Amino acid sequence: MNEDRLAPPTFDPADAAAAAARFAATAPADVHYALVDSPIGTLVAAATPRGLVTLSYEDRRGGGTDAVLDWVAAKLSPRMLEAPAKLDGVRRELDEYFEGRRRAFDLPIDWALTGDFTRRVLKATAAIPFGQVSTYGAVAAEAGNPKASRAAGRALGANPIPIVVPCHRVIGTNGRLTGYTGGLDRKIALLELEGIVLPG
Amino acid sequence: MLVPQEPFQRFLDAHRDHVWRFLVTCVGRDAADDAFQETFLAALRAYPRMRPDNPRAWVLTIAHRKALDHFRARTRHAVPVGDLPEVPAPEGPEPRDDGVWARVHALPPKQRAAVLLRFAGDLTHAEVGAAMGTSEEAARRNAFEGLRTLREEMTS
Repeated sequence: MNEDRLAPPTFDPADAAAAAARFAATAPADVHYALVDSPIGTLVAAATPRGLVTLSYEDRRGGGTDAVLDWVAAKLSPRMLEAPAKLDGVRRELDEYFEGRRRAFDLPIDWALTGDFTRRVLKATAAIPFGQVSTYGAVAAEAGNPKASRAAGRALGANPIPIVVPCHRVIGTNGRLTGYTGGLDRKIALLELEGIVLPG
Repeated sequence: MLVPQEPFQRFLDAHRDHVWRFLVTCVGRDAADDAFQETFLAALRAYPRMRPDNPRAWVLTIAHRKALDHFRARTRHAVPVGDLPEVPAPEGPEPRDDGVWARVHALPPKQRAAVLLRFAGDLTHAEVGAAMGTSEEAARRNAFEGLRTLREEMTS
């Protein structure tokens, strides 16, 4: 023992890590999240007790996974914990979709990250069946404003739950792909996965 | 306007080792897990109200309260003494002070709290004072007297 201090006691960091993992798996956070691997990149899946609130491409906010999580914390609640088991259903349905064994998602959705118009556009988009495409004008009309195709495009660009809400199935009237929240390469990959033959 | 807070998971990852070490020292390896869960549960609840200037002192203050709860419950249930925390044997050539930690629990409560928060929690005297609800000077004195008591026991 030193003259005026006491060296901290030894401990096993693995024990601390295990205790923290037990906490994250069971504590009542406002948002639980997990990283989900997919053929088109890593996704950040986050859910509230109401349902899936976002499925973000990890590069979506330009700063990797942390930037996505910071965005969710600022928008919803900082009480967030990584709890992969709580997102098992999301992971399973995504695996099945990418393996070609699932055509529709059966997941509860929390629309908390969307505004009113965006939500209507996304709900119209969610009704487009697997393997089919629609246009910005058509989903704008479904959302109650046929003239708002440009605003519908913006709403789809802000889709917090891509893939599950299939904004990749919305294309321009002339058949052009126009844009996608995760970049056009991913839009093409998803459309090809669904057997949609692209012009040109 | 509240400053946006980082996700709680990051806070947990940043402080788990510290809180764990502190609690193992306070309540022993077996009881540490319960105290750890209760500490971070309370922290999760209060997290949006946390002052961001010193998160480590904030969470160790909570951990200290949970450790005291543990001692009170143990006293109420009159569990026989003699189950002091298990202290790992010193390893390697570097002499460790772990043997001392088992004796810390026999100190008077204020000295014990100050020694635990200062040296197992690695807080400053000012932070120890804040955690114990005393002045920095009182915290310093309690830690000093605690160390002196330990030293006397070790050499006697």
